[in-house]
Amino acid sequence: MATKAYQKIYTKLEAITKATVALHAKGVSNDELAYVGDRLAQVVRIKGDLVTMQIFAGTEGIPTDAEVTFLGEPPTLRVSDQLSGRFFNAYGQPIDGGPEIEGELREIGGPSVNPYKRRQPSQLIPTGIAGIDLNNTLVSGQKIPFFADPDQPYNQVMADVALRADVDKIILGGMGLSNDDYLFFRQSFEAAGALDKIICFINTTENPPVERLLIPDMALTAAEYFAVDKNEKVLVLLTDMTLYADALSIVSNRMDQIPSKDSMPGSLYSDLAKIYEKAVQLPTGGSITIIAVTTLNDGDITHAIPDNTGYITEGQLFLRADTDTGKVIIDPFRSLSRLKQLVQNKKTREDHSQVMNTSVRLYADAQNAKTKLENGFDLSDYDHRCLAYAKDYAVRLLSIDVNITIEEMLDTAWELFAKYFSKAETGIKQALIDKYWKD
Amino acid sequence: MKTTGKVTGIVSNLVTVEVDGPVAENEICFIVLQGVRMMAEVIKVNGKYAQVQVFESTRGLRGGDTVTFEGRMLEATLGPGLLSSVYDGLQNDLTTMKSVFLRRGEYTDPLDHEKLWDFTPIASPGDKVIASDWLGEVKEGWLPHKIMVPFSFKGEYTVKSVIAAGKYNVDTTIAVLIDESGAEVPVTMTQKWPVKVAIKGYKEKPRPDRIMETGVRVIDTLNPIAEGGTGFIPGPFGCGKTVLQHAIAKQGDADVIVMAAVEIFTEFPELIDPHTGRHLMERTTIICNTSNMPVAAREASVYTAMTICEYYRAMGLKCLLLADSTSRWAQALREMSNRMEELPGADAFPVDLSAIISNFYSRAGMVILPNGKRGAVTFIGTVSPAGGNLKEPVTESTKKTARCFYALEQNRADQKRYPAVNPIDSYSKYLEYPEIIEYLNKTVEKGWVDKVLRAKNIIRRGKETQDQINILGDDGVPMSYHVTFWKSELLDFIILQQDGFDPVDSLCPMDRQRYMLDLVLDICSRDFHFDDYEKCRDYFKNLINELRQMNYSPFQSEQFLTYQSKVNQLLENHGN
Repeated sequence: MATKAYQKIYTKLEAITKATVALHAKGVSNDELAYVGDRLAQVVRIKGDLVTMQIFAGTEGIPTDAEVTFLGEPPTLRVSDQLSGRFFNAYGQPIDGGPEIEGELREIGGPSVNPYKRRQPSQLIPTGIAGIDLNNTLVSGQKIPFFADPDQPYNQVMADVALRADVDKIILGGMGLSNDDYLFFRQSFEAAGALDKIICFINTTENPPVERLLIPDMALTAAEYFAVDKNEKVLVLLTDMTLYADALSIVSNRMDQIPSKDSMPGSLYSDLAKIYEKAVQLPTGGSITIIAVTTLNDGDITHAIPDNTGYITEGQLFLRADTDTGKVIIDPFRSLSRLKQLVQNKKTREDHSQVMNTSVRLYADAQNAKTKLENGFDLSDYDHRCLAYAKDYAVRLLSIDVNITIEEMLDTAWELFAKYFSKAETGIKQALIDKYWKD
Repeated sequence: MKTTGKVTGIVSNLVTVEVDGPVAENEICFIVLQGVRMMAEVIKVNGKYAQVQVFESTRGLRGGDTVTFEGRMLEATLGPGLLSSVYDGLQNDLTTMKSVFLRRGEYTDPLDHEKLWDFTPIASPGDKVIASDWLGEVKEGWLPHKIMVPFSFKGEYTVKSVIAAGKYNVDTTIAVLIDESGAEVPVTMTQKWPVKVAIKGYKEKPRPDRIMETGVRVIDTLNPIAEGGTGFIPGPFGCGKTVLQHAIAKQGDADVIVMAAVEIFTEFPELIDPHTGRHLMERTTIICNTSNMPVAAREASVYTAMTICEYYRAMGLKCLLLADSTSRWAQALREMSNRMEELPGADAFPVDLSAIISNFYSRAGMVILPNGKRGAVTFIGTVSPAGGNLKEPVTESTKKTARCFYALEQNRADQKRYPAVNPIDSYSKYLEYPEIIEYLNKTVEKGWVDKVLRAKNIIRRGKETQDQINILGDDGVPMSYHVTFWKSELLDFIILQQDGFDPVDSLCPMDRQRYMLDLVLDICSRDFHFDDYEKCRDYFKNLINELRQMNYSPFQSEQFLTYQSKVNQLLENHGN
């Protein structure tokens, strides 16, 4: 970002916190960028001529006489086809040793697509994972997070989903990614020969936390370029949104804002929404699908971060270690794809939704049986059958290492119904029983 | 002369303006940023400083930028053409915006000024009229849209002239009135009204005395909402709040539906109204407010939606307002309160949250218009309680004011028992209204409410016995406990649960609801004897299965009757 000749240089900071600095300055605009010393900062509050800025790289070592220059514009990204196959930091600067990008300069975090200009998503994204395709079918233009404890293999599942999905571009926004995970993504994409359709914006744990705040907007600005300008199907992966929210709370705390639930800023919902709402199906065929990761603290989805996320996104995929089978499964109770109705029985077989509901209901019966067992009661014959079914169901359908077509998933479910239950016990519509029951 | 001002402070969407003249609370102003006019609303005044919430992104705004005050509050434009429109919270028509992206400062007209409407006069020269009296009507879709004396007119007027029947656009003067001082006042088909003020103009607001059918059994049968009533649906995410609300929107027995929503209803335009066979969109206005619009616009959207409902109510129509979700609105209030550095109440919400919510709910209601006709606004809001915990300020404040409570439950959703409305916690206060009891006696069946209460009791007893069975074990309780439990399961599966995606089951008219409840209660009143609890379970599972097939079959069809005879057979064979 070139400095302009007539720029005024300020040299007197009034206040410094761990994330922000404040100084007296005139003619400064909201959201604009500045350099404090050699660090990039952004205006977050103007009160009279007292301007408060968040310093992305942190304020360690910044003196009160640091040189401050305002750049007169909000954060930007250069967009063009040259973005493909490249790796960038939070400021959109290449970190892969390649040349600078040439292209049009776009403000990041710009306005969203007019809701009326959106189209209803209707294109199924098959992943081969039955816990997703059968129970929580994904649709292009959808926004959905993985909820997972930090010890779950969420990044691997996300990489699998991304590489199996039929999309034109995969854009990874990594926030607080460990260096190992960053390299994992890089190697998976390389191994799949998919590097040319990958774009990565990476903030690792080695980088300052406040820098993360730029990552989603960078990734989504690139996504909008390909989806809106080029009519491409774009899949955006954001991991880990919990670390993004933590960065938000650091800044808001340093600005003396009153925290709401779980010491998160009161604006958490809006802050998350402005990211997720960029998911869109455009009438021209382009789309932005967002798959994110929100790590949980010991499966607690009532924490403000997963809770607010759940109300914004179109469902969630909940990863859980199943102790009965030793598999990591997509939890059928806590997971949900709100858009699944748009494709189930329409783009998939007519029995899809009933098979899905029945198999989950029977799995719930197995959970009741398990509770009875744990409480030391005798189990009925039905309970025993439910428990046996649950094991089979977890291994053959819920486990994340499944990779089969949706037809195969449905047939597997019918096979399990017939193996363990009577027709009446499934309570499925007679017409479907007549057609699909496996004697 | 208009008051003007200069920007002196900016924190996100809260802007402080130093003003040079008088300003009013809730007054609208425009902030000029590089030639773009951004709308904002005064929310606090302190000395010569006004704090305004901006309905747009404040990126690029500077100290010293100019502000002009408009001398009016946020208004809705009312007139023919509101139905089938898609607006944002400030009533901008989203369909006429040019670019793919929402552009800052792009305000579009809510009504089409070219379109011609078929006007028929109602009032005649010499008539004495007051605000909200009907002067004429146009056909809006299949609805008679009354052109009224503007709500803001005070005192009595005499009609001087009304234009002859014919086709006119909304800006045509359709009547000339003479006020008490003898001055002539022209009236067009449109008028404006400040959204935060309730439209009164009715004679009285009696207690609701009939129910609004939704085709959803757990509502109509167990917890009916009154026409002109209020209700709310709290629930954790993923419990089917949106699906339930869509079902109500699609099937609700109302002339006009206004949806204030954060979600986008792209499927809506194609849906067919089960009552009239016409496109649902023809009777619907959507106020679309995606979560990423500035918080202030979110607040405005619920008020705009309510104002549109009140407008149609004054025409003697039945309106249904669905707001999804009022928690988002409460959060918007919290964000602004936080930025104004007000002392927070519970969970950092503003202390007057409860008052704001009850004031809003109180705008719903059934009214008798000055001409004796009825109109109603029924309001159903959803609430998104943090962490699914119903002991949070928005749920608690709403519970104090809404008369129906449809608690969605995670546990039921996990078991795919949809709609996941908890049958024990949920309630409808209207079941206690003598007017409603009388209405149901007449329209559904004599003694209907007693039956409903019996059904609720069966569910409650089923829950109690289930707890006992869980504690003592299947063998540790008398057989009658199992029968009691399975009777409640039968009621749960056949009456409470409903397949919202099945073309037949999703819409259950009242006569069918009565038929099924009678059938299920009859079964529940029978004595059953089993040798062991597994036989009991198998028997009831079979019964439930056949009854479910009935729910999936068209009412009284051959298929339906076949399953019914199978049910009868099962009942007759019992004990043999």
